[in-house]
Amino acid sequence: MSLTLENITKVVDGSTHLHRIDLTLQKGSFNIFLGPTLAGKTSLLRLLAGLDQPTTGQILKNGQDLSSIPVWKRNVSMVYQQFINYPHLNIFENIAFPLRRTRMDKAKIDEKVRNAARKLRIEEFLNRSPGELSGGQQQRVALARSFVKGADLLLLDEPLVNLDYKLREQLRDEFSNIFSENKDTIVIYSTTDPLEALLLGGDMMVLNEGRQLQSGPTHDVYRSPCSDEVARVFNDPPMNMIDGVVEGGRIILGQEVVVPQIKHLRDLPEGRHRFGLRANALSLFRADPDDVAIEAKVELGEINGSETFVHIRHNNVSWVVQENGVHDHSLGQRISIYFNPDYLFAFDAKGALAAVPKSGPASSSLDG
Amino acid sequence: MAIIDFNGIGHCYSGSLQSPANYALQPMTHSWDDGHAYALLGPSGCGKTTLLNIISGLIHPSEGSVLFDGVDVTEQVTAKRNVAQVFQFPVIYKFMTVYENLAFPLRCRKQSSAEIDARVREVAELLNLTDQLKSPAIRLGADAKQLISLGRGLVRDDVAAILLDEPLTVIDPHLKWLLRRKLKEVNEAYNQTMVLVTHDQNEALTFADQVVVMQEGRIVQTGTPRELFEKPRHTFVGYFIGSPAMNFMTCRFEDGAVMVGNEKIHLQGLDTTNIASGCKLEIGIRPEFLKLDIDFSPGSIEVPIVSMQDLGNFKIAAVRVAGYDLKIKIPEARPVPSEKGFLRFPPEWTMLYVDDVLMEMSPT
Repeated sequence: MSLTLENITKVVDGSTHLHRIDLTLQKGSFNIFLGPTLAGKTSLLRLLAGLDQPTTGQILKNGQDLSSIPVWKRNVSMVYQQFINYPHLNIFENIAFPLRRTRMDKAKIDEKVRNAARKLRIEEFLNRSPGELSGGQQQRVALARSFVKGADLLLLDEPLVNLDYKLREQLRDEFSNIFSENKDTIVIYSTTDPLEALLLGGDMMVLNEGRQLQSGPTHDVYRSPCSDEVARVFNDPPMNMIDGVVEGGRIILGQEVVVPQIKHLRDLPEGRHRFGLRANALSLFRADPDDVAIEAKVELGEINGSETFVHIRHNNVSWVVQENGVHDHSLGQRISIYFNPDYLFAFDAKGALAAVPKSGPASSSLDG
Repeated sequence: MAIIDFNGIGHCYSGSLQSPANYALQPMTHSWDDGHAYALLGPSGCGKTTLLNIISGLIHPSEGSVLFDGVDVTEQVTAKRNVAQVFQFPVIYKFMTVYENLAFPLRCRKQSSAEIDARVREVAELLNLTDQLKSPAIRLGADAKQLISLGRGLVRDDVAAILLDEPLTVIDPHLKWLLRRKLKEVNEAYNQTMVLVTHDQNEALTFADQVVVMQEGRIVQTGTPRELFEKPRHTFVGYFIGSPAMNFMTCRFEDGAVMVGNEKIHLQGLDTTNIASGCKLEIGIRPEFLKLDIDFSPGSIEVPIVSMQDLGNFKIAAVRVAGYDLKIKIPEARPVPSEKGFLRFPPEWTMLYVDDVLMEMSPT
């Protein structure tokens, strides 16, 4: 089956939550909705589930309007941020619940439940009650229940966001295997986390403030964000941005950083642009003679366990430099940062992508 | 400001003291230096909040004693201990201005108006609250309210320690880094002993100069963020700090060499004489330090590549060695082998763990 959204708009109390969404999803596809909070991800999932009706536009299943079909006839599964289970049923019955309402025979139900439990590694808990399980295990139960049904449409609304980060890491890793055999279901996974989107792959739609910014294969969108807005949303930390002018064969970034207008930047028209650099394209070491140096002041060294994000300030522009490994930086320290012009993104005055780098850096601060 | 000593501190919420399993905090002896920023980091149930509450006096430990600058405070109630506390949710005096909120602890101590004024303005300046001093505290956002809670601790110069219990929980994600920076600035400016409890490694590692990693009621390592990353002293630290986690493989000694399956792993300064037989032996190496080459070099191991994930800023390769899947973190555009590659374990980054504890290598 295919699912098509045509010109979907959702207005609640005069404020627009979704603005003219057009999208087609194919059977067996894995789709990510990426966007910050209030981007409209949950609003859209609720429309797809049939829990809400769009203000304008249509949702078509195989070309047929879905609007008159009630939720319980739509064959949809949904998993929420908050893990929801039936507290009075054991884990086996929690997973079997959607099947008990069908005419499926007992042996078949047993097989499906055990399969789903094995995939999600909760086989050993089948006789326990949800209250006896940890948050991560409870979310696994909710996921298993959503899988057994064989729904046409599986909606996962930030399913990992309420888990401890180690559990999140583990489940995220398993997801690509869990969905690798999917042939019949349209899976939609919403997230605010760019890394999660890249890990899960598939196709994606980037949303911000209710607007659809870009759709396509996840890694293509990452490499070629169509606008500076997508570049910000789809990078964590957000892509570093600086205004610049193309003039007489060179580019002036900010007030005085001069870069030759060569290679992928050669065809940029003269005039104002916005330039973008990913955090990992900035370095505290010169890696190449062509690297451009900037003097800056350290605002903070943020450490996430295996990387250091150095927040720096240069002429009232704040940037973030990503270093592999853990490094010490004192506040207020003056440092030089370097980047290679090969890694510059360029966006025109309207924010549309104007030049895209061939690749990112091949070295890291832990080399040597 | 104070040195904090824990002498055999242990706590048990219920059940018999005879059974170690009943202890939320296993008996421990540690000494914390004056003026440092400590973070207590660990998963839920590791005992970090219990330890914080023992410092503040909200919990009386089942055994052992707590000393501030050598003075036993175990029997003192919280109010007598001169600790300042910041909780998950902002605590402010609703009907007072920001100024009066900050002045309150000093008014209680009957300081002169001039002293109070000077101190309040100094702290407000540091916390960027100067423009809001006349506003009713209730009108401020959650982040500014947390700063007020912190400020009430800072105005007092007799505070032994400032204790922060997950203070950034209610703060918007995009404001968190600003507040982390503020906490760090405060610590650098005043050299107050500060103790932060958190389950968020980013928060702990960014804020603290000494991170105390806890697991199941025990402190498994106290160290700088860099030490925790580069030299985890316990397998739990290797697992818990960093993403992806440290790679571990069970290993054995054979003719003085470390073997995993049929592969020999070279370690720097290995001395096996003090390792008792029957111990659990593991090799640990972080994904950032493991190297995957396209070409063979002496000492490298030919390995099949199980998966290659493109994560934008970097790639994660998984390779199989003696039945273990090891992860390798690779810079974005570095060429990678397909199907098979050659794996190197740089000896300076390859650790040996004996019953989960890092084996110190002798310098050679």
